[in-house]
Amino acid sequence: MAFAYFPHTPDDIRQMLQRSGVSSIEELYSDVPEKFRFKGEYDLPDAMSEEEVRRYFTHLDSLNTRLTVFCGAGAYDHYSPAAVKYIISRSEFLTAYTPYQAEISQGTLRYIFEFQSMVCELTGMDCANASMYDGPTSAAEAMLMSVASVRKRRKVLISSSLLPNVIDVVRTYTGYHGVQTDTIEISDGVTSLEDLKRKLSGNDVAGVLVPGINRYGIIEDLEGFADAVHSAGALMAVYSDPSSLAVLKTPGEWGADIACGDGQTLGIPLCFGGPYVGFLACRKDLMRKLPGRIVGATEDLDGKRSFVLTLQAREQHIRREKATSNICSNQSLMALYVTVYLSLMGPEGLKKVNDLSYGGAHYLHRKLLETGKFSVVFDKPFLKEFVLATDIDVPYLQKVLADAGFFGALQTEEGYVSFCVTERRTREEIDALVAVVNDVIQK
Amino acid sequence: MKYYDKLIFELSKEGRCGYSLPDNMWEENTGSIPSGLRRTSVPRLPQVSEVDVVRHYTNLSDMNFGVDTGFYPLGSCTMKYNPKINEEIAGTAGFQGIHPLQPRSTVQGVMKLYNDLSASLSAITGMAAFTLNPFAGAHGELTGLMIMRRYHICRGDLKRTRVIVPDSAHGTNPASATVCGLEVVQVNSLPDGTIDVDHLKTLLDDTVAGIMMTNPNTLGLFETRIGEIADLVHGCGGLLYYDGANMNPLLGVVRPGDMGFDIMHLNLHKTFSTPHGGGGPGAGPVGVAERLRQYLPLPRMDGEEPEENAGRISGFMGNFGVLLKAYAYILMLGRQNIRMAGPLATLNANYVKESLKDCYMLPVPSVCKHEFVFDGLADQSTGVTTLDVAKRLLDYGFHAPTVYFPLLFHQSIMIEPTETESKETLDAFIDVMRKIAGEAAEDPDLVKSAPHNTPVRRPDETAAARHPVIRFQY
Repeated sequence: MAFAYFPHTPDDIRQMLQRSGVSSIEELYSDVPEKFRFKGEYDLPDAMSEEEVRRYFTHLDSLNTRLTVFCGAGAYDHYSPAAVKYIISRSEFLTAYTPYQAEISQGTLRYIFEFQSMVCELTGMDCANASMYDGPTSAAEAMLMSVASVRKRRKVLISSSLLPNVIDVVRTYTGYHGVQTDTIEISDGVTSLEDLKRKLSGNDVAGVLVPGINRYGIIEDLEGFADAVHSAGALMAVYSDPSSLAVLKTPGEWGADIACGDGQTLGIPLCFGGPYVGFLACRKDLMRKLPGRIVGATEDLDGKRSFVLTLQAREQHIRREKATSNICSNQSLMALYVTVYLSLMGPEGLKKVNDLSYGGAHYLHRKLLETGKFSVVFDKPFLKEFVLATDIDVPYLQKVLADAGFFGALQTEEGYVSFCVTERRTREEIDALVAVVNDVIQK
Repeated sequence: MKYYDKLIFELSKEGRCGYSLPDNMWEENTGSIPSGLRRTSVPRLPQVSEVDVVRHYTNLSDMNFGVDTGFYPLGSCTMKYNPKINEEIAGTAGFQGIHPLQPRSTVQGVMKLYNDLSASLSAITGMAAFTLNPFAGAHGELTGLMIMRRYHICRGDLKRTRVIVPDSAHGTNPASATVCGLEVVQVNSLPDGTIDVDHLKTLLDDTVAGIMMTNPNTLGLFETRIGEIADLVHGCGGLLYYDGANMNPLLGVVRPGDMGFDIMHLNLHKTFSTPHGGGGPGAGPVGVAERLRQYLPLPRMDGEEPEENAGRISGFMGNFGVLLKAYAYILMLGRQNIRMAGPLATLNANYVKESLKDCYMLPVPSVCKHEFVFDGLADQSTGVTTLDVAKRLLDYGFHAPTVYFPLLFHQSIMIEPTETESKETLDAFIDVMRKIAGEAAEDPDLVKSAPHNTPVRRPDETAAARHPVIRFQY
């Protein structure tokens, strides 16, 4: 019976077998030892029609509860302009391969060049690659990159104030790679400069990773960090929320050598954690240590401005076991997502996103404190995410909020309660959430 | 395709915007943040209207070739058609709006998808359990090798730090091994491209963590001695890793688990029809045999955290959006159609190979699986190289094959026509390949100066690397 994805008619098959010099399709597998051929029935569902597939997924969708999101912790519910989804759905982008054939891939190559340029502009760095899988893996690559760049040192320091999943992924990568990873202590909610200096004193550290905004939502003051790191002969990487960099001091301004983070905050849907997009940028002198694809400008035979994958001597398909990283695919389409998003938002739009998020988050912060059941843990500036201490049972609060249609009150490892407000949240939604919290308090 | 020369920055005009946001209704804004924490300059992002953006990227897309544009015979890349139902499903608003840390009770549909997709992948591959967290094939390789190392470490077998990789392997294999802290040992190929088992025997000892293999290999040849290889590697205490990049011809025919592989990854963007997106996002699920289940990375679908776990390799639980697409494809295939997926891919490859082998040099003339490799034109006296043939194909509306890989030959042309291509499409490709061979003999300069009809022609890669310009110059 005919199947939509296989165009072969019985007559086609017959003619093709004849040309191939075999009498049956089975004969094409005659070199496969009999015992390895799967004779059983595949334990799979019966083939479905498109309508049946739709029904299955409609059912799947109905098993999830749609919640209004008041949490972050590495994934943020930001607004995305309608035109973004429209552009990334174009099949010329969606169904293309990695742009090895530059002549018929100028579309992909140009948007990657634009992406690299925008990442540089946001982070204050000189160069950026074509994207990474996500934020945590970009942080891990940043640490491996620093080890590859600083001779004879195989130790990195990462701040305990980074998001837990960033710390875990960095530890996984560095652990297998034979790189020692120590953490920098937290002091009053932020990375301790004193502890950093203490741990740098052995002059054996290759790279240091600190957050721009930390796990408590606090905007870290990195004054003095780069001097300390550089005087110990190490490189400094800052893990940033790129959306916040429209208003906050950039990794470049803090004196960082490497910038990394997750581009999800640039309007990418939550989608249960992926696909997102990591970014990795650095100072000019580290350019050849950057992992992954990089696009560069050049000219063609007729002198036309053209774009190509460049500096490929760093990469796995050329260098094999001597490559700076094993990354092959990146998240190209999500890099396009971010590029189109940033084009539409521009500097003003991105600033406005931050202003609205800041205003809403501080409004919720105040409202929660007014209930009398929450208290400030760290009196430090925050942008859109914050933690409070509370006597209320946090898992219970989270459950009641979920029953009321909210995802809020995430419990941190330290037992604090975390909330996040983006520009998508309205005053009515915040007031409704606070009303539920008040109900819990009064019970 | 027509040439379009703008960059989005060049369309920028101060005062324009392409967004629509509500007025600020709050008392406070980011001006309240201490000035020492604020950036001093305005980022020079483009200032453009919505229509500027839409036209710009539409024009860029017109300089791009995708599977929807035409035939993509790219070897080892499995550029099959990307069904549109997949996109419709993944675009469902309900799925897009789920936060990855939502309480489990509110994401039961997501959990069911992870469960159903894992079970299907197990059924198809013969592996006991899967993690769906890895983001891509290379990421899956790295994860699989981490599992391999963790297995040996947890058994106290600490000296197993070498991994055997065939000289014909994909470049990601040795690179992943190095990132994972393993030493790469190369095993030679025989003239027919299969693993030299005698050489392998000399490499096996108690320092070997395992072997990484594709089967069929990069020449599209089935490693017929796989049973013996598995016994040898297991016999010395090592594990077998299966690189799923070449899984497509085995779809519906052979299961890697049955061949003795302990760990494997799949490229859902190859074998399971999710689009490549110009180089991602993909997904590289990793499957393991029963005795390796506890080594799967965190976070896990069962919510458990066994002590032996390989660690956390992703921020959350992989590219959920890609997993949705792959499962839609599996449901369309079902137990009935999967039987023909691999065989039709294999038929297509053999048909193209047999139709061109008089014009192009075929170094290994046996039956192939999903792909095969020519070593340049049969007539090498014309001076026309593999690169020239590849560029000339672009003029005729085809994507080029994979070229200069595998490294076993000097003029490799690696062709993989997947099962979604019709006989008519293959015939048109065959005709053009034959025509190019004729042009190479009669008018070699025409081929050497190709392409002639593309938006740009042979951009200068040497100059790009020598004086890198990798961001917009304001």
